[in-house]
Amino acid sequence: MIEKLNNLDRRWIFLLMFLAVAVPIYVIGKTGKTFPETPSALAKATFDAIDDLPDGSRILLAFDFDPASEGELGPMATAFVRQCAEKKHKMYFLALWPVGPQLIQANIEKVILPDFPSYEYGRDYVNLGFKSGNEGVIKVIVTDLAQLYPADIKGTPVEKIPMMDGIRNIQAMDLIVNVSAGYPGTKEWVQYAVTPYPDKIRIVAGCTGVQAPLLYPYIPQQLPGLLGAIKGAAEYEKLVNDRYGGPHPDPKYLEGLRRMGPQLVAHILMILLIIAGNTLFFLQRRRGTSR
Amino acid sequence: MKRETTVWLVVMLVGLAMLVAKGVVSGVGREYVQTEQKRFVQVEVPPPIGADADEKPTTQWLPAADAAARSLTPVPGSTELGWTAESPVTPRAYWEGMKADPSRTDLRLSVPRTIGLWVAAFFTLAIFSFLYRDNPFYKIAEACVVGVSAAYWMVVGFWDVIMPNMMAKLSPDSVRWAIPDVTGEPEWAYTVPLVLSIMLLWRLSPKGAWIARWPLAFIIGTTAGLRLVAFLHTDFLAQIRNSILPLAVVDQTAGFQFWPSFNNIVLVGAVLACLVYFFFSFEHKGFVGGVARGGIWVLMITFGAGFGYTVMGRIALLAIRLEFLMDNWLWLIDPTNIHTKIT
Amino acid sequence: MKRLIPLWITAVSGILLIVAYFIPAWESWGEKATIWFDVLAASAFVLGGGNLLKLHLRKVSNRQAGWAYSAVTVAAFVVTLTVGLAKIGVHPSDNNPDFAWSGSYNSSGTAFWWLYEYAFKPLTATMFSLLAFYVASAAFRAFRAKNIEATLLLGTAFIVLLGRTFAGVFLTQWLPESLSGLKLENLTVWIMQVPNTAGTRAIMIGVALGIASTSLKVLLGVDRSYLGSD
Repeated sequence: MIEKLNNLDRRWIFLLMFLAVAVPIYVIGKTGKTFPETPSALAKATFDAIDDLPDGSRILLAFDFDPASEGELGPMATAFVRQCAEKKHKMYFLALWPVGPQLIQANIEKVILPDFPSYEYGRDYVNLGFKSGNEGVIKVIVTDLAQLYPADIKGTPVEKIPMMDGIRNIQAMDLIVNVSAGYPGTKEWVQYAVTPYPDKIRIVAGCTGVQAPLLYPYIPQQLPGLLGAIKGAAEYEKLVNDRYGGPHPDPKYLEGLRRMGPQLVAHILMILLIIAGNTLFFLQRRRGTSR
Repeated sequence: MKRETTVWLVVMLVGLAMLVAKGVVSGVGREYVQTEQKRFVQVEVPPPIGADADEKPTTQWLPAADAAARSLTPVPGSTELGWTAESPVTPRAYWEGMKADPSRTDLRLSVPRTIGLWVAAFFTLAIFSFLYRDNPFYKIAEACVVGVSAAYWMVVGFWDVIMPNMMAKLSPDSVRWAIPDVTGEPEWAYTVPLVLSIMLLWRLSPKGAWIARWPLAFIIGTTAGLRLVAFLHTDFLAQIRNSILPLAVVDQTAGFQFWPSFNNIVLVGAVLACLVYFFFSFEHKGFVGGVARGGIWVLMITFGAGFGYTVMGRIALLAIRLEFLMDNWLWLIDPTNIHTKIT
Repeated sequence: MKRLIPLWITAVSGILLIVAYFIPAWESWGEKATIWFDVLAASAFVLGGGNLLKLHLRKVSNRQAGWAYSAVTVAAFVVTLTVGLAKIGVHPSDNNPDFAWSGSYNSSGTAFWWLYEYAFKPLTATMFSLLAFYVASAAFRAFRAKNIEATLLLGTAFIVLLGRTFAGVFLTQWLPESLSGLKLENLTVWIMQVPNTAGTRAIMIGVALGIASTSLKVLLGVDRSYLGSD
């Protein structure tokens, strides 16, 4: 029996994982119910960094991710845009990842166009698009934005965009909000923007689970707020919905909270698998010793 | 026919039958769009009120509706330009629109987008099929990922960087066909990246691959220069600074704080222990060995935390794909209430 | 000549950026070099695509094993490149309707957008989602509490896995307020803020020193491996 379980076809484990994720998605999708969330201090710090700014502040939203990490980062990107829009902040979007502009556009179409119809492109938000060079881009735009971004994504020269008036570099921003899936991302923003200009540039970020533990040494001096993976997104969504969502928030703003359902079941499965694997290991070892 | 092939054939046929049944009973993935007729006219726009007397009217292309609203007449002899633009709408918005006014022609099913949705579902399932075992569907999907991604990056690099940041700088007039609003004088300094780019692409040629070493050397040198300073500043000096913490935290009003002090002591001690473990100039024996062992334990806790977070991330990536299949494609669930049939 | 000039280019460009960091008067030179670097990075995309095409075309022409899949790769590459560069289905921009090529290459509804939305996006996202299955399999087969170190790693993973979901809250909600620090969700926060920060910080310091020494070796011409062999 032990031998049989030890050599268990891994496809059974795949099937278990599939069910652990699919069944909660189905149940939550049908019932609309989500688990309660208690925001952590870091999620609150991220929320407050945006909310404590006076209305109409300038926020640079750097979307440095791609569809491969949208499952983790999509909900927090949406919530960031929503909070900034609710606060009437001026939003300057850009990306260090080639597919970033598509994700920026997707969030503009999801949040700003339907829910903030009075917002005008070029006056309230602008999509500056992607530039290659990774950290090299940050290094340039901290001193001269127009050198690398002579025009927005539509080809309109920055001097013709009203909200770009008076913006020489990103030191003019009141806050940088970074959604990061890896390199280049939050680490590079901290290295090339925040650390050399600690009095002028501030950043909060949302990042993938892989990155989050690696960014903790920057907290709080270099990185006052951080949302780690889907849990961070769910906590932040809760804060934004509590402040701006009303009694019945739009379900499109509950994506992170919904995703915590499959997360819970899959985590329990992972723990059970580790326990099962170890039980087999120790049983086998004991049998080996007794022989 | 092999037994396994038969089993798979049956599974696929049952799946297909269920899909058809689902489609007939409550519908499956479809995409809808709203069309809008865009019309532009060339008009002469008078100078704004309060402008200098010698300022002349300008000829501009404006949306026909804007021109009419401002009572601007088209330039004689100019032709009107226009096209049909599409924007996506949810199935619910389509049904509600058609219910309110069945004669509407601006709302319609989008065949290319609907085909796209099914292609996306096929690709998703093709990749998942690898979990059973390697197969031609997975291999085709894998080949597509590689081809599409490489070309995607090339296109993005060309339109987002090479054109506006190199060609437009070198010769603004030569790119006006694609970037009409480009301004400024030619900047000859950009000849350097142009030449380096050509030299870099020389690597593709069968002969003279060494020519690509120059741009490569520039890339390596610049990267080294950028990173040397940034890492020393952010990840070395600043981290030492961040680790200089009060080991006895005393609050002005509440007095000595036990837990913050404990945390700071553990943090500083753990950093030092890990650094001792990384220090290989003397043997890890005795007291040093004990401290280094403590460092290993801290690192193990760090890796455990990293593992936990990594698992969390991977599951979220799987969740979004299954949500796509169940929500967007099969319409089994509708958490955002966009495709539940209206009555 | 073939090696000496690249060595000088490396040294000058790198040292220029280091000096520019400390001398404000040189800042504009550093900025200029970085802009060239950024533009060159886009050319590297072209090089990458060209290399891929070369490799797979060779595979197809030599009828190597799996050449048919290489043909699919080439087809996908050529189609994406063509629709992207030719801006197929792109309308002119609203600001310049008289310029046929003025529209954005990735605007919604275009052929390139279609490829992004229905091919690139599902393919890359699903590819990465497979990791969830493999991490589960690895958890069952490879994670063994063989010694103290492995047990610490496993124990931490358990706490974090539970503490980052509602399970953590549910399992330890019975603990009194005086012991709230032991609640799984709070324990997770503590692990992240204290031992994890310490471990990662130590690694960070080590990596920073490693990068600094590697960079210096490259800039001073001690490490020339990037030049390859003649």
